[in-house]
Amino acid sequence: MLQEANAVTKDGLGLVVTKEFKFAEPPGELPLDCGEKLGPITVAYETYGELNREKSNAILVLHAFSGDAHAAGWHEGDSKPGWWDEMIGPGKAFDTDRYFVICSNVLGGCKGTTGPSSVDRATGKPYGIDFPLVTIPDMVQVQARLVDHLGIGRLLSVAGGSMGGQQVLEWLVSFPERVQSALVIATAAKHSPQQIAFNEVGREAIMSDPNWNNGQYYDGEQPVRGLSIARMVGHITYMSDASMAEKFGRRTGGNGHARPFGRGFEVEDYLHHKGLTFVDRFDANSYLYITRAIDDYDAGKGGTLAAAFKGLEARVFVISFKSDWLYPSYQSADIVRACKKAGVDVSYYDVSSTYGHDAFLLEVEEQSVLITSFLRKVTEEGEGI
Amino acid sequence: MTSDHGTIAHNAVIGWVEPGSSVLELGCGAGDLLARLVKERSVKAQGIEIDDGAVFACIEKGLNVLHEDVDEALHDYGDQTFDYVIFDQSLQRVVRQPDLVLQEALRVSRKVIVGFSNFAHYRARGQILLRGRTPVTRSLPFAWHDTPNLHFLSICDFRDYCDSRGMAIEQSVFFGSKGITRVAPNLTALTAFFLISKFYEACG
Repeated sequence: MLQEANAVTKDGLGLVVTKEFKFAEPPGELPLDCGEKLGPITVAYETYGELNREKSNAILVLHAFSGDAHAAGWHEGDSKPGWWDEMIGPGKAFDTDRYFVICSNVLGGCKGTTGPSSVDRATGKPYGIDFPLVTIPDMVQVQARLVDHLGIGRLLSVAGGSMGGQQVLEWLVSFPERVQSALVIATAAKHSPQQIAFNEVGREAIMSDPNWNNGQYYDGEQPVRGLSIARMVGHITYMSDASMAEKFGRRTGGNGHARPFGRGFEVEDYLHHKGLTFVDRFDANSYLYITRAIDDYDAGKGGTLAAAFKGLEARVFVISFKSDWLYPSYQSADIVRACKKAGVDVSYYDVSSTYGHDAFLLEVEEQSVLITSFLRKVTEEGEGI
Repeated sequence: MTSDHGTIAHNAVIGWVEPGSSVLELGCGAGDLLARLVKERSVKAQGIEIDDGAVFACIEKGLNVLHEDVDEALHDYGDQTFDYVIFDQSLQRVVRQPDLVLQEALRVSRKVIVGFSNFAHYRARGQILLRGRTPVTRSLPFAWHDTPNLHFLSICDFRDYCDSRGMAIEQSVFFGSKGITRVAPNLTALTAFFLISKFYEACG
């Protein structure tokens, strides 16, 4: 057993641990976009590699909707490594022999960072829906405090896909002087009505589950049904027509829910499985808060993104995937267009992939080469200054 | 065009580009010319290319490149964003509306460099006249059914065009089968490169 564990951890980062950073202790609470203040705040984060003496090799990686601080390496006893382990580690795209990689769980999350399932010190009970409304800019403010805490002024790069990509955009807009380069992957400067619509189905599924109980379910039954249906919808949007056909075809499955309609299809089993396992690792209220944050986000703050990017010195690399219909390539092209108008150094690659939105986690080989080359160039330029 | 030919032509183009300037190449392929301009002229380079593999190669070279259609690429840039816009064979091959794109190029850039295959080379003329066939030459080495070229033009055509649009030809260089050719280029040149600008700017 021990030997097996050693075998799987050998070629990556090995065992890693999640650390905690606490700040915003009253009366120094963090002011939020919504006007309320929040504190104290705990941030769950992990780091990989070593920060160099000049503190010039730090890369902040930002997770997608259901991700967490555990981006790479293994936790004791886990059967799977971190969510972007194929990209982060010695000799990988985010090469931990060269770079110091940081990843933290977002504000409002449920993986160690303060969110609606955290205990409100004032009441001694979980916040539930008394948790203040948080936004993508709030999440980025919290990340900036973590980066301060780690003693880093300017980041060599910020990188993320999907919701992580929105945070990358927000870093560029909120802290342009602290970002040397940015990897903006499979994302949008603002959600389209279609994206908002899918999220609303998810929220409605949760809130119509009687167990949701206005967000106060932490003592009793969880809104399992609502949360798992929300996740099922999510998974449909993450795949493509082609990737579903490839993965499931019309093979029948053992879907008991299908009675009296026969056995149902394998794709149904898959969605049920994904829905039910999600419930074990995610909080329904976090689902509501975070989807609201990504729906509300507008990197251009009501104006144009080009105006928000004016004067930006960071080098930007935008990546999209041709079969991604949740964050279609045109949304990435819009970001590129804003860079062109604002005179920002930009590269764009639209990857041929059939995986749909999931491609940003699955198309490892091509992305590795792209990101490796980009980071090498950014590092050289940094050394040249 | 053979790679030797390409290198010689690129030498000429590189000679026209002022050190430290900013360059946009439309249809930059795998970025060979841009990489040389960065190395030899320290330019700030931006490429635009639609082919997946070529864009990938540019990024591997550390070049700024955009994976997008050349015809749509220019209108998001402000006036005089670049010092040079370069078309190396791409005007005839990938641009669907050369007139529109060239005028846009002279809006976003002070100068434009255009390289193309000369359709009026004597071998091409001979093939049409004597054999009654669509010409296949060293610079136009494709049969009608597999050519990447969308537009066919001669050196005289391009000069006429520049005249008609108020574009000044500041420099030109022509390549025949044995390198640079100066005599009767519309007859002897396989490829041509022009450095053009808006007429009133050329006159100061």
